Amino acid sequence: MRHVISVLVQDHPRVLNRITGLFARRGFNLESLAVGTTHIPGLSRICLVVSGDDHTLEQVEKQLNRLIEVLKVTDHAEPHVERELCLVKVHVAGVEERLAVKDIQEAFRARVVDVAQRSLILELTGDSKKVDSFIEALRPYGILEVMRTGAVAMSRGERTLKVREKKEAV
Amino acid sequence: MKGAEALLKALEREGVEVIFGHPGGAIMPTYDALYDSPIRHILVRHEQGGVHAATAYARASGKVGVVMATSGPGALNLVTGLADAMMDSTPVVAITGNVPRALIGTDAFQEADVTGVTMPITKHNYLVQDVNEIPRVVKEAFHIAATGRPGPVLIDIPKDVQLEEFTGSFDVVLDLPGYKPTLMGHPKQIERALDALEKAERPILMVGGGAQHAHAELLAFAEKTGLPVITTLMGLGAFPGNHPLWLGMPGMHGTVAANRAIHHADVILAIGLRFDDRVTGKVSRFAPHAHTIIHVDIDPAEIGKVVRTHIPIVGDSRLVLKELLKGAKPLRLAAWWRELEEWRTRYPLRFKPKPHLQSQEVIRAFHEATGGHAIVTTGVGQHQMFAAQFFPVTRPRSFLTSGGLGTMGVGLPFAIGAKIARPEELVLDFDGDGSFQMTLQELATVVKYKLDVKIVILNNGYLGMVRQWQDLFHAKRYSEVYLADSNPDFARLAEAYGIRGIKVERKEDLRKGVEAVLNADGPVVAEFKVYHEEGVFPMIPAGGAAEDMIIEHPAEREEVEA
Ligand SMILES: Cc1cc2nc3c(=O)[nH]c(=O)nc-3n(C[C@H](O)[C@H](O)[C@H](O)COP(=O)(O)OP(=O)(O)OC[C@H]3O[C@@H](n4cnc5c(N)ncnc54)[C@H](O)[C@@H]3O)c2cc1C
Ligand SMILES: Cc1ncc(C[n+]2csc(CCOP(=O)(O)OP(=O)(O)O)c2C)c(N)n1
Ligand SMILES: [Mg+2]
Repeated sequence: MRHVISVLVQDHPRVLNRITGLFARRGFNLESLAVGTTHIPGLSRICLVVSGDDHTLEQVEKQLNRLIEVLKVTDHAEPHVERELCLVKVHVAGVEERLAVKDIQEAFRARVVDVAQRSLILELTGDSKKVDSFIEALRPYGILEVMRTGAVAMSRGERTLKVREKKEAV
Repeated sequence: MKGAEALLKALEREGVEVIFGHPGGAIMPTYDALYDSPIRHILVRHEQGGVHAATAYARASGKVGVVMATSGPGALNLVTGLADAMMDSTPVVAITGNVPRALIGTDAFQEADVTGVTMPITKHNYLVQDVNEIPRVVKEAFHIAATGRPGPVLIDIPKDVQLEEFTGSFDVVLDLPGYKPTLMGHPKQIERALDALEKAERPILMVGGGAQHAHAELLAFAEKTGLPVITTLMGLGAFPGNHPLWLGMPGMHGTVAANRAIHHADVILAIGLRFDDRVTGKVSRFAPHAHTIIHVDIDPAEIGKVVRTHIPIVGDSRLVLKELLKGAKPLRLAAWWRELEEWRTRYPLRFKPKPHLQSQEVIRAFHEATGGHAIVTTGVGQHQMFAAQFFPVTRPRSFLTSGGLGTMGVGLPFAIGAKIARPEELVLDFDGDGSFQMTLQELATVVKYKLDVKIVILNNGYLGMVRQWQDLFHAKRYSEVYLADSNPDFARLAEAYGIRGIKVERKEDLRKGVEAVLNADGPVVAEFKVYHEEGVFPMIPAGGAAEDMIIEHPAEREEVEA
């Protein structure tokens, strides 16, 4: 099962190493990772996409909580918003292709962010599935390169990753 | 005041009395400051000896052990010992020098990424970048090492930080928002646990290394309920090894009674242990009749990690036992005890007497001669298991061994650390000929500080434990385990260090040998030349279950159906 996990951390040096090291060492399967600062100075938020069975996921959460600099871990099982950002450079040989690609761009509500003689860069945000389909749709035209970020996520409604909440840890 | 002095002052404020260490370039400013410090320093001959000694110091005393080393090679020599302390949940603070800040990352002389290397084998680590951070880092390090699930913490301090002028304050408040160990067990769960025990027909109490400090509460609770008690290798001594409620050690080389009790138990109360694979064997076949497993552990990650837990209790074993004790009632276990008693009397720990001197009888003789009143340390191997089996300790913090990592060579440095922590105690190191040779340079430390430790080498001329596996599982193909052709004369080796050496080769000299060791004034290295074909039994082969227990060597086989 695929899980999306948000982790609130103190943004100390190497905190990301601690997290990726933990995944490597314990053999957890990390599909994607995204990191960024938050509105609170000193705190960063990491979003992890992890696959595994319930037992593994329980361990992922508990082992993350053991890290001293981890303040909060949430597995987004509840309704949440999930987004990836993706840049795709496609080959466009002629006008016809350009138009076809434009159709796809519109259908996906992507944006054109670079136009060159024989190529376009398209930018798309959406959940992983949407990004996957976007890439598949463009594939026949000749994808030159793809760069996608890890997923970022946030719970819907008023629920937030609280800083002050006491975590159970060692 | 320089950073180095601030560091020592911060250590003093944490109550540090002893540092085990070895100097070198990048830690020299701190050694210079140490020259005027009231903190005692024990100079070891290899940093690994230092970290192991600090580990034993911590385990024997209940305080935090401290070790210090220089950058690069010095710090890297700590690696095995840090991993060992991590696996066996021992509070140690390691302080290492590093190259000056400006040189970090440049492959400078004796530079190593020590915080990187030790990340997975420490509970936490620090690279100090600002001299004024020293008091906060030290305070946090000691707090993290000693609280919750104990473990090693490393502080890496660049040389120029040690030399910089300190202008900060020592009055720091702990601020670790991501670190709040849960100490009190949930009252509802404690109630459920008591209820399950009351309804149980075949309950058992298993305790581990995380209950060493809870021995008094444990004894009271066991005596109140009448529960049979099983202690893991790390739990030995948490419950008296001479108590009628004690069934012995579980697992691979545990007693028949303990393993059968687990196999047949319907309710298991496990406190401060982590269901290591040496204890469970094949997990799917572990405790097949247990409908309720109650697991008390301070580390939530241990609960449900290995076995399915029905009643999880996150908390400190001592505090949880206190709560359990409040609701404890004498349980009606007469029928269960009749069964247990039958297994216990039918299958005591035993060995077939041979014409040669045998490890088991040597250890047993020391046990008899001391009344079990000693701190025991061991190497890793057959002799370690024999010590666990034939030297049942009766007091907590008195069986110091490497359980989780199984680090050969801890015996001698552990003895040093234990003796320094508790100088009034008799300290006995039961060591292997192989294990001892991994850290024997610390004999010099024994001499330097006149440490009265008794080192008993059970010399079987082999890497005996490996040989045993080759015997049983590799068709007696004894690949690279023979030592006797090149072992030193251990007694003469000791004498070269100025330590009394004793050699005992014949069965009939056993008593005399034991007395000579115990009556000797000062340290002794005693070599007991023991039978090389001995095997440790009972044995549950790796990945097996209680039903697969081999009670004696197949040549004299008698398997038990569980
Ligand atoms: C050659 C060899 C053979 C071995 N054979 C056996 C064998 O036959 N039988 C055996 O038992 N072992 C054996 N071992 C040892 C084994 O590998 C493990 O080290 C051992 O079983 C672990 O013991 P433990 O679970 O009690 O744990 P520890 O590793 O000491 O773990 C302690 C547990 O308690 C928790 N804890 C810590 N502090 C507290 C607290 N304050 N309150 C509550 N919980 C706390 C920790 O989170 C942890 O889960 C062998 C080792 C070697 C090297
Ligand atoms: C550092 C290290 N290397 C290798 C091993 C694997 N090992 C486990 S027991 C053992 C044999 C130990 O021999 P010895 O100390 O003579 O003890 P004996 O089994 O003979 O009593 C070995 C090599 C280990 N545990 N630790
Ligand atoms: Mg040997």
